[in-house]
Amino acid sequence: MSHPYIPHTDEDVRQMLSTVGVPTVDALFEEIPGEVRLRRSLELPAPLAESDLLRDMKRLAGKNATVESHVSFLGGGAYNHFLPAVVDYLVSRSEFTTAYTPYQPEISQGTLQAIFEFQTMICQLTGMDVANASMYDGASACAEAVLMAMRATRRRRVLMCQSLHPHYRETVRTYCQCLDVDLVEVPWDETGKTSSQALHDLLDGETAALVTGYPNFFGVIEDVAGLAGAAHAVGARLVVAVQEPVALGLLKSPGELGADLVVGEGQSFGIPLSFGGPSLGFFACRQQDLRSMPGRLVGETVDAQGRRGYVLTLSTREQHIRREKATSNICSNQGLCALTATIWLALLGKKGIRELACHNLSKAAYARRQLAALPGFSLPFTGPVFNEFVVKVPGKTQSLLDRLAGQDILGGIALAPWYEGMDDCLLVCVTEQNSRAQIDALVAALAGGA
Amino acid sequence: MESLGTTGLVLNEKLLFEHSDPGRQGYTLPALDVEEATLPAGLTRDEVGGMPELSEVDVVRHFTRLSTWNYGVDSGFYPLGSCTMKYNPKVNEVAARLPGFAATHPHTPAALCQGALELMYELQQALAEISGFPALSLQPAAGAQGEFAGMLVIRAWHESRGEKRHRVLIPDTAHGTNPASAALCGYEVSPVASGADGRLSAAAVAEQMSEDVAALMVTNPNTLGLFESDIAEICRIVHAKGGLVYCDGANLNALLGMARPGDMGIDVMHFNLHKTFATPHGGGGPGAGPVGVCAKLAPFLPAPVVDKKAEGFVLKDPDHSVGRVKAFHGHFGVLVKAYAYIRSMGADGLQRVAHMAVLNANYVRARLQEVYHLPYRGRSLHEVVFSDKNLEGGCHTLDLAKRLIDYGYHPPTIYFPLVVKGAIMIEPTETESLETLDEFCEAMLAIAREARENPALLTAAPGRTRIGRLDETTAARRPKLKWEKSD
Repeated sequence: MSHPYIPHTDEDVRQMLSTVGVPTVDALFEEIPGEVRLRRSLELPAPLAESDLLRDMKRLAGKNATVESHVSFLGGGAYNHFLPAVVDYLVSRSEFTTAYTPYQPEISQGTLQAIFEFQTMICQLTGMDVANASMYDGASACAEAVLMAMRATRRRRVLMCQSLHPHYRETVRTYCQCLDVDLVEVPWDETGKTSSQALHDLLDGETAALVTGYPNFFGVIEDVAGLAGAAHAVGARLVVAVQEPVALGLLKSPGELGADLVVGEGQSFGIPLSFGGPSLGFFACRQQDLRSMPGRLVGETVDAQGRRGYVLTLSTREQHIRREKATSNICSNQGLCALTATIWLALLGKKGIRELACHNLSKAAYARRQLAALPGFSLPFTGPVFNEFVVKVPGKTQSLLDRLAGQDILGGIALAPWYEGMDDCLLVCVTEQNSRAQIDALVAALAGGA
Repeated sequence: MESLGTTGLVLNEKLLFEHSDPGRQGYTLPALDVEEATLPAGLTRDEVGGMPELSEVDVVRHFTRLSTWNYGVDSGFYPLGSCTMKYNPKVNEVAARLPGFAATHPHTPAALCQGALELMYELQQALAEISGFPALSLQPAAGAQGEFAGMLVIRAWHESRGEKRHRVLIPDTAHGTNPASAALCGYEVSPVASGADGRLSAAAVAEQMSEDVAALMVTNPNTLGLFESDIAEICRIVHAKGGLVYCDGANLNALLGMARPGDMGIDVMHFNLHKTFATPHGGGGPGAGPVGVCAKLAPFLPAPVVDKKAEGFVLKDPDHSVGRVKAFHGHFGVLVKAYAYIRSMGADGLQRVAHMAVLNANYVRARLQEVYHLPYRGRSLHEVVFSDKNLEGGCHTLDLAKRLIDYGYHPPTIYFPLVVKGAIMIEPTETESLETLDEFCEAMLAIAREARENPALLTAAPGRTRIGRLDETTAARRPKLKWEKSD
């Protein structure tokens, strides 16, 4: 009966039962009534020794196409960036991985200081006053931002740009479904940016928030300053959701452009793709909204001897004190993912983040030019893009993608499932991981006929 | 005092920003093999102001030093009640890092990620068998999000029957996330007092139950470590009035292979995979909070779920899904670790988990109950709650907790559940040996003596850490939430 994860010997058990004063382990469960006791063994596959377990896991892992086995141009909210060895090396230290929420600050200063550094760098990137210790992911952070904007404005109408990531919009809908919210979507125009005419018609004095992507799901860089102006004119908050934060190395910060709430997905900052999770939501706001912000915050303080240290703070907004009146039901953050991002950002630093953004921009621009030049291919949107873009292909996208997959190329994401009337549109993402030769291979494969 | 892990080097370390030196770099990029592109000038910034410039060794030393200020399960005993801080097996980390898992993009076509989908499907099946809930969604990111998703399912089910109910009953011993999640679903929360024995009585539920109540949210075993013995009767009472029963799965560790919430009449439950199934907490996350439901609620589960078809495994949205609660397919990396854990334990191993977790809690209880006040005397399952009532010298729970740090332990959960004044909630978990428990109990007994003889040892604790007790009041009154360059 012994197992490597459970240290008890038979003799230990005998001795412990005697101290407790019961004859058998089973007697400890006597208060579970017979009618709800399980009277059989669980039907599960037989336990595996470590070697067999690894063999089985490799079998499953081996069935998946990866960004290593294939040439990948997939983006759409998850990005294939290089992971420097240092990141996983440091984040694997078990003092970080096997700790819990830092409820006892004296023995959690490592986690706490790293979160303080994370909050600082998110503020620097977004141009905002305050950032929290992280959220589950970009989509749920976006939904929390919408709820926060409604708390702050006491209004019930929310406009979402249709060019916002479909999963982000779906998540906002899920979070709002029980509340009295009027959710309206704003279409885009020929630039691929939110239509200012449509926006003008839909924004009104009841609007709590306007939510936009930056860049948006089509990779197009929205006019955040224009959206902020329009939202502020009616007293609404502008929520900017960043699905590809590497762009912030190059783009003007949303804060500088007038955003009130900036949320986003931090997966690009050193976190493996991992089939979409776990990843990292970030969340930043202006000073005025600090006390209606969800999630945990780390603050700087001192001990009795004046030594600098860090603690979880302002937790009176949170569920463990306010219960049903809490700001949100969030009771954790993505601690290890926030640490990962902090390490990655520290390595890249001021110059690195800009240079990396420049590589992404340049590679995508090259690919976009090459694809647009192919006979029958075109670019439906005229707006500026960062590292992904929509391309219109001759015929249906699915057969084309299947053909590329046959050549070990993951050529992009079909937009048909997400957007009506885009049956012939592909979302193609190019990062620093794609060499010119890979891009040329994609172009050649596409030129082979659809 | 001679104890664990309380001597050694103390390394000081500045903030990243204070290390920065212009011109240093900690990364390399390959030469750009295409023409450099630019954006219209109005769109770009000059630089990210304030970000540091560091070399690789600066970064490595910085975070290595920070790590030495942290206490994790691998550092020592971490008996944090209700959080189930058990040992995290290392092979699971290796598994989650296999390129076939870590380097798979979430938009990969289903036909090209059958291994990932098979793993998710098999995990759904295993969790269904363990819990007694036939249908599951692995999507929620954490226990609290699973709870929210589960309450959305409850609400959607009532509405599908044309019913608008307004209230949710929640025992006073519940986790704080329960009322917050119910409120997020638009429900009014009515607390139900637990009885003098620390349990929810069928009579108390019957008294509050009405046709306006959508659900009862119960934790079983509850946060006092007691099994809710009336659970079957409670479920019958709630169902009779058309309500549903939600179970907070935080304490599932105690029931593995012994009892299944689905068999008790419970309709919905979330799992905390990071607790019960041993995936690391990471200083706060990531966790994973799958939600399981009885058959009639399956069509309302959060999207997506994995289905097995003739052509292979597919992701699908349940017919009347409440929607998705995040992007993509859940915390897949965490799911890999939980799946690996279940495969390494098997049915007997999981039952052994419940057995030894409960034995450990009862052993600690037996060794401490003569000295520490035990407010509820029912049979403890995997955690035991004491209070500071018998602690002498004017010392309180917080002082005890801080003194435990000096002895080399992470303190238990304190001041929760709220129904116990000065609560100390100890959850040893099954991965701790008799020797560890004995050493911990000796430390607890020594601290009780110190409180009587020299209480300043407690009130001034911790004294053997890099910093002492921090001024939390000032931190909240004058929040300093980021580093700023000072002139």
